[in-house]
Parts: sequence; C-alpha cells; structure tokens
Amino acid sequence: MSDRRRWIGERVPRIEDARLLTGRAPFVDDWEPPGTLHVAFVRSNLPHAKILDIDTAAAAAHPGVAAIYTAEDLGALCCPGPVLVPPPPIEGAIFHARTPLPLAREIVRHQGEPLAMIVADSRYIAEDAAALVSVDLDALDAVVDLSTALNEGAPLVHSDLGSNLAAHVRQTKGDYEAAKSAADRVVARRFRYDRGVAAAIENRGVLAEWDARADRLRVWDTTQAPIPIRAAIASTLGLSEAQVRVIAPFIGGGFGPKVMFYAEEILIPWVAMQLGRPVKWIEDRYENFFATTQEREQLHESELALTEDGRILGVRDHFLHDSGAYDPYGLTVPINSQCTLLGPYRIPNYESEFRVVFTNKPMVTPVRGAGRQHGVFVMERLLDIAAKELGLDRLDIRAKNLLDPDEFPHNHEIIYQDSAPLTYDSGNYAPALAEAARLIGYHDFENERRAAAADGKRIGLGIVNYVEGTGIGPYEGARITVEPSGKVRAATGVGTQGQGHFTAFAQVVAEAVGVNPADVRIVTGDTSEFHWGTGTFASRGAVVAGNAFGAAAQAVREKILAHASEALEVSEEDLELVDGTARVRGAPDVSIALGELARRANPLRGAVKPGTEPGLEATSYFGPERGTTANGVHALIVAVDPETAMVDILRYVVVHDCGTVINPMIVEGQIHGGVALGIGNAFYEELTFDEFGGTTNASFMDYLLPTATDVPAIETAHMVTPSPLNPMGTKGVGEAGAIPVAAAFVQAVEDALREVAPTLELVDIPLSPGRLFEALQDAGEEA
Amino acid sequence: MKPARFDYVAPTNLDDALSALAAGGGEARALAGGQSLVPMLNFRLGGPATLVDLNAVDELAFVEPTEEGGLRLGAMARQQTLEHDPLVRIRAPLLAEAAPWIAHAQIRSRGTIGGSLAHADPAAELPALLMVLGAQARVARAARGSESGARIERASSLCDLYLGPFFTSLEADEILTEVEIPGLRVGEGTAFAELARRRGDYAIVGVAVRVRLGADGLCEDAAISLINAGPTPCLAEDAAAALLGEVPTPAAIANAAEIASLQCSPAADMHGSVAYRRHLVRVLTNRVLLRARGRARERVV
Repeated sequence: MSDRRRWIGERVPRIEDARLLTGRAPFVDDWEPPGTLHVAFVRSNLPHAKILDIDTAAAAAHPGVAAIYTAEDLGALCCPGPVLVPPPPIEGAIFHARTPLPLAREIVRHQGEPLAMIVADSRYIAEDAAALVSVDLDALDAVVDLSTALNEGAPLVHSDLGSNLAAHVRQTKGDYEAAKSAADRVVARRFRYDRGVAAAIENRGVLAEWDARADRLRVWDTTQAPIPIRAAIASTLGLSEAQVRVIAPFIGGGFGPKVMFYAEEILIPWVAMQLGRPVKWIEDRYENFFATTQEREQLHESELALTEDGRILGVRDHFLHDSGAYDPYGLTVPINSQCTLLGPYRIPNYESEFRVVFTNKPMVTPVRGAGRQHGVFVMERLLDIAAKELGLDRLDIRAKNLLDPDEFPHNHEIIYQDSAPLTYDSGNYAPALAEAARLIGYHDFENERRAAAADGKRIGLGIVNYVEGTGIGPYEGARITVEPSGKVRAATGVGTQGQGHFTAFAQVVAEAVGVNPADVRIVTGDTSEFHWGTGTFASRGAVVAGNAFGAAAQAVREKILAHASEALEVSEEDLELVDGTARVRGAPDVSIALGELARRANPLRGAVKPGTEPGLEATSYFGPERGTTANGVHALIVAVDPETAMVDILRYVVVHDCGTVINPMIVEGQIHGGVALGIGNAFYEELTFDEFGGTTNASFMDYLLPTATDVPAIETAHMVTPSPLNPMGTKGVGEAGAIPVAAAFVQAVEDALREVAPTLELVDIPLSPGRLFEALQDAGEEA
Repeated sequence: MKPARFDYVAPTNLDDALSALAAGGGEARALAGGQSLVPMLNFRLGGPATLVDLNAVDELAFVEPTEEGGLRLGAMARQQTLEHDPLVRIRAPLLAEAAPWIAHAQIRSRGTIGGSLAHADPAAELPALLMVLGAQARVARAARGSESGARIERASSLCDLYLGPFFTSLEADEILTEVEIPGLRVGEGTAFAELARRRGDYAIVGVAVRVRLGADGLCEDAAISLINAGPTPCLAEDAAAALLGEVPTPAAIANAAEIASLQCSPAADMHGSVAYRRHLVRVLTNRVLLRARGRARERVV
C-alpha cells in the first residue's frame, strides 16, 4: 500500500543494543531472590564406568549444605528424558532412542555425566561439598574412536543394544550405480570433520522459585525454547501449564545447544519445590565442556561421478555420525548433512547412507549449521578434486552444474529434517557465484598471485557454494496490541539470544501499523506473555515468527482502519496510517491517534455491537508447508607461510540470498558471526580426547576460539530471491555464515601451496598449522 | 570453578611479606599479578592455605637503570612496563620488542615480571628473554631460626632457577624480588620471534637471540633461548657456540639453527607435534639470527 513507510529492508539500528551495551539487559544470573540456594553437580571424571558407590555423608555434614541428591533420591523423577525430535518417516530407517537420566544410575556413559546434586548456601560451599563426595567408579573400556565403534567386539555404550549403532538411514534418488557406470570419471575420497563446542559467551543457567501461596512455579532459563520447556516441566512435575512460567530473558548466545531439554532444567525446579526456596544453578565454563551438548564428528566415504567436461552424473556418500552417549535430538544433524550435500547443484542420482554411532563422549545435538557444513565440505571438496583431475577451472565446474532459475521448485526426492520432502522453493544461483567471483577478483587472481610471489608471499583463493534449508515449521505465533499510550506491544513465543529480534520484528510490525519501530515493544521468551510456539532454531525466527508478526500486524491494521473509519466518518480506503495516527489522505489535519483509537476500542461503559472484540489486538500464527532454502557463496584469499604452516586470511567475501531482507545490518551481523564461527571450525576449534575418552582441552586456554584479530573484515553482498512459501518472502540466515567456511578455507590453502605442494589434499577439518605441516610433509614424500 | 577457602594477607613492605610467607610453613603462596595463580585457584589446583598478596609492596614495583648501562626490574613491575617504558626500549630493546607477545594487553597490565619468572611456565616468554640477556635474579627470604638479621638474600642465574615445568629452585619461603640485566653492548643485536595459534596465546615455539659482532665481523658472543621447546626455558648452548668466532653467514646461521632444532626437547600437544616444533625452532632460529645479525652490524663501531 502506498501510504506505508517502508521499514522492512531498512538498516534500523538495533533497539536492544542500548540496554545490552550499558549492562541493563538482564540475564538469568542477574536474578537472585532472597534466600536463594545454589547448586553444584558432582560429575563423572570417567567417560565410561560402573557406579559402585556414591558416599555423600561427609558432604551432607558440611556447614551450609542444604541437601544432596543422587539418582536414588529422585524417585519417579529418575527416568530417561524425552526424545525431543522424533526421526522423520524415512522408509527402512532404524533409530534406537537412548536418552539420559537426570542423574546417572549404575553406569556413566560420558565424562561429566552428573552423579550427585549438591544444594548449598553458596556456589562456593556447594563446590567445597562436592569435593567431599566420595565416588567409587569402576572404569569400563570406552568407545572413543568413531571409525572402530561399530566393529565386532567394541565396548558397548548401551549394552542392551548389542552394538553401538544408534541409527541407520539410507536415502536415494535415481540410480547411482548406473550413473557411475556411465561416468567418464569417478572421484572417491574419505573426509573427516571433527568435534567442537558451541561456546556461547553465557553458559547455561536455571533459577527456579516456587511460590507455595500462589501455587505457581517461576523458572528463569537460558533456553532457546521456553514454551516446550514449560510443557516438559509441567508434565514432569505434575503441574498445570498455567502454574508454570518460564522466562528466557536476554541470553548470551544460543547456537543450538540451548534448544535441548537438559536434566538441570527439571532438577532445579523440582528441588525448588522440594525445599520451598529459590534454587539457582549456573553452569561454569569447565562444566560447559561436558554438560552442554556439542558439535559432531563425521567420517565420510564419498564418490562423485562426472562426464569428461565436468557435468555431475551422481554422488554417493556413506558416513558415520558420532552421536555421543545418547541421541535425544533424533536424526536432525546427520539428515542435515545428507540433505545439504546436494548444494545448489543438479544431481540426478544420489545415494546417501549414514550410520549414527553411540560413543562415550558428550551428547551431540545441533550447533549452528547443525551438520550442514559437513555436507558442503564433502561436495565442494569433491568438486575441487574433480576439477583438478579433469583439468577444469574450479569456477567453471561449479557454474556448469548449478540449478537454473526455471528448475524451481526443485524436488530432490529425499526427506529433510522437518519430515517434508527436500524441495528447494526458489533460487538464483549463477548470479550469486558470478558476483562473488567478481568481488574477490577471481578472474584477475593469477596476476595478484604473481605479484605476491614476487614479494615472497604465497597467496591462494577459495570459492564455494552452499544452500541451506531454513525456516522450518511447525509454526510460531504473535500477538500485537496497540496500547492507549499509542505504543505497540508485540509478543511471540520464541526466545532471543542476540539475533536482533527486538528490532527486526519491530520493523515488521511498524510497517503495517504505521508507527516507528522504537514505539514497538517486542516481548520474547516469556510464557506468561505468549504460550504457543516452539523456539528459536534452524534459522527460522525471521521466517516463521516474522511472518506470524506480519499476519498479526495486518489484522491489527484492519482493526485500526475500521475504528478510524468510524471515528473520522470516512471510508477505510481514504485513510492512511502514518506516525502513530490514522489520517485522511490529502487532509492530514483530519486524524486520530492510535492511542485514542485503542481507548475507544475498549469502552469501559455503555454498549457495544454484538460480536465486537475489544482492543486493537490480534493474534496470528504462521506455519509453512515446508522450509525455505537460502543460498550463498563464500570466497576468500589467504596467505600461507609454507615454512611455518601459518595461515592468514587476507580477504573474505560473502554473497548471500535469504530472500526478503528485513534489516540488512542485522543480516550482515548474523553473517559476520557465522563466518567467525566457521573460521573457528575450520582452523582453531577442536575438542581433543585421550585414548580413554577423557577431554584434554576443556578450557579456553587450549580450546581456541577465533578472536577479533583472527577474523577478517567481511565484505557482504545481498541478493534477493523471495521465498514463495511465506507472505514476506523471507528465508533464514542465522546459520548461513558458518556453513561453507571450512570448504572455502582449505581450497584457498591448497591453492596458495599449489606450487610448493602440488599433491596436497586437505580432507580433514579442523585444519591447524600443526596438521597442515604434517600434510605438507606427507605431500612432499608423495611428490 | 570457585576457589576453596584460603586466608589472605596484604603486607605493604617486603619484610612483612617474607614473614607472612615464612609463617605459612610451606602452605602460603605469594600472589603477584594473579594471571596464572587465580585461575589455578578457581580450578582448585593446589590451593594454598594463605595468599600473601604482594600488590601493595611498592618497593618491588620499579624499573631502574644501573650504572653499567643495564636495568634492574622489580618483581612487581607490570609486564606492560616493558612495552611502554622508554628506558627499556633503549637499554633492553629485546624486551620491548617481545613484550607485545606476552598474552594480551589486559593481562600485561596486571601480570608482573616476577610472577611470570617464578611461575616457570615453559611456554612463557619472560624467562627465555631474560635468560638470553644474561639476567641475574635476586631472591629473598626471612631469616630462619638462628640466622641473624631480618632478611637473607641470594643471587641466582636464571638458568639455575628452572628445574622443571612449573618447578623452580625457589624455596617455599622465598620471593624472587628483582632481576638485573646487563646493558646492550657495542656490536650487539637482539631479536625475537614466536609463533602462536592466536595473537596473545602461549607460544607454539618462540626464539630469542643475542649476538655480538666484533669490528672484524666475527661473532664474539651469542646466546639463543627457546620458548616451549623443552621442559624448562632453556638456552641452546651448542647452537650459540657454533657461531662463536665465525662470520655469521647465512650458512653459519642455518647451521646454528639446525643444531638448535636437533638439540631441543619439545613435547607434543594438541597445537603441534615434536617434529613440527623442532621444525619451527629451526625456521625461527634462522629468521631471528638473521635479524639480530643485521641489528648487530648497525651497532658495530
């Protein structure tokens, strides 16, 4: 409508930043009701062991200790947690669900599994008491190595299963064998992508307060999914959902692991009810390396069948996925790997088979990217290797296989993590690749390389594509209310962990109701404000909650126009909503403020017409039939010192397409953060384990996160191919930045060293200077 | 990650600090900048019964010139002083060059010279830097039992200080109070390089060197020290000796670097294998010797 001021697409400065940057944004640990007790857990220091005895007597006698619980003390509460995401209905799929107990009983299956819970006057005292708990564990052989975990005779994580197989899924499209026999060239390689942690700046935390007089439970929780947590707490503790309020306040980063439903989220509320006092547990950084779910190790054996001129005939990929000790999150991560491998390419034949494996390591659930980076890594590496073997340009081999705009919607004939068929909604891939090549200077790079070589520098370029399934269902909702002050209150159920929800959602609302985004107060993550929805994950906030806000805002707009039409005695068509008023087009003096309309819409005396709904308020829901597919291209230039194997990133370019952009600045911020995480994945972060399964680098001294000095300035270009699956045309972007980085990074490193080590092939992630040195030694021996 | 209970004293002079440490009977520890000790307390790694906080002992916080053209560095001088003090820049340019590589600016503003030396981390820069400069440490303790006087002091070369990783010859009641370094001599050049995963991290490997050239261009003196290439900060003595009396040609330097690489004894960890560290010792020793040679030539009269 022509009267609307366009807020969607504007670089509106983040409304929440003033609070965040001045320390006025409350986080879970900022609440400390009087009389709060503090919890510390006694955790297993062994990855696999039989529990012989846990003696808590000395700890219980320690001054300041209020209570100690082991599995035996939990009664009916000590039962396995839920399977949060049931596996999609894939024919022939095997899935063995094994979920953890709140406190381990009989067997511990990974280091850090909780054995006892200590409740004390302070965390200091709780930790003193934890040191007094005597735990007698009988060590069992641990399953550490993914590649041998399925071997006959391997130790068993869950002895009742008879093997460590957690799941087996095979999905196919076309006939790979036929494609292979028709191929001019088949490239086959093994790839490995190792473990890491999400490393949010705020660890997890839960505070619970039971109000016995009101018969209500209040829980502050660092969750990405407050509404499902409320449902779980209520059903487990035998309460009505109306008795439980879960508040996910400001949260210092989610990145996936905070979508999980953890034992602490039920134990802390339960203890608060048991003891009748507020109880708080704040995870510390050391605990976070065990108690919070992690990223995934995968081993791939992959093949790419092509024609001599580089046309893809088919792909085969068989892989092992490490689930850790339990699999509460179903198959989401390996299915993401399986589906994301296809990328933006036309792949007529695909055979993909994975086995999920239990190991004695901490649980694996989605972490930003959630397995998608593995698929991209495999596909892009295969293309690099094929280009070399066929003597083709790496840009050409990619361009030649891209799907064309007229091939959408494109059905890949396999099932995605949301149980819907993997069908790409829209995309325009070739211009994105061309733009990235232009921005990074691909076509002039050989000159640049020569100039750098003259200065004694080895530089290399990497350029890769990705497609990301985003914005999946089932649904989210929003309620929008124009208040008598003229300000707008708008609530949704998703939690917020820094994404810019308070700004992006406000822009969606502001555009429809004709106010400034600063006058829209967004409320997220409080079940007393909105209690339908699922949460913030899978790059879905802007798509699913965003479109719910869009629908509710449109409904409120219609109510405003109806009331204004009556008040001003003009037809709705003659009205426009501008600057918080409804006014007559061409006669701006004839107007009425939204606050006044809100008052009139809620009369305190007198009669209303039958059927009248009070207030300028509307609630709407949005549920897409399936997810949207965003895409992009990453390109970078690195300098490598072949003597020291140190790598510097000189330039980084991202061209991405997430459909309609609500706020370009926020999208760029998401991409910057994602790229930083991807650089960590590619070159810095690695969780290391000893041969017995113990973590050897559970601190930020040895687990290396990229810092500001390790992340280059990122040049970003937006392309817009709207999604046909939602009214705003948005696609998700939250995870995009993290997904293709490793693939681009190793391509660039290889390229920089192509004269020094022409046979160098980097097939393991993370890379490190030490590992690159070894690869160079190996390549030198081969050469 | 909360420390166990401990007693805390904050004396304002060295004698009181030494008495407090002695009174602890082996269960007291001196707290300098706290950049390593406090995280260790939080991890409950060897919790002392008493912390003797030296931060109010002003007499240990100094950087002073010596008459011989060198410097005295008090134990409680902050590491950032090395980066910013013009006197250090002139008299010990190696320290000014290397200081930005010691952790991060925030850590250097609290971290002390004495704290780093006494902590004896084989990956720390300061022990190796001071070793290559030929520094002498002064160590003090309160008089024991029948000893007369309030304070007993001794000198120690840095090489004698280090016995193993995080293990020094300091007694439980001793405090390293200062180090003294000789001034830069005519024809002398120093250089430093380290490789770390990220800026501010502990070194994967680091190398500091000092060479002195005579008017004839021959090497009169040389020292090479290695960071994180053995259980303690150490001098690569044979490598340095190979340069003595030689013209430091690229071949002679490469030879010295090769010796350093062969004779060091690094350990493997997640950031690098033994072979990678040996290789880096060779590469870095070569690079810094070339750089130090150039600087020495500029100072030959």
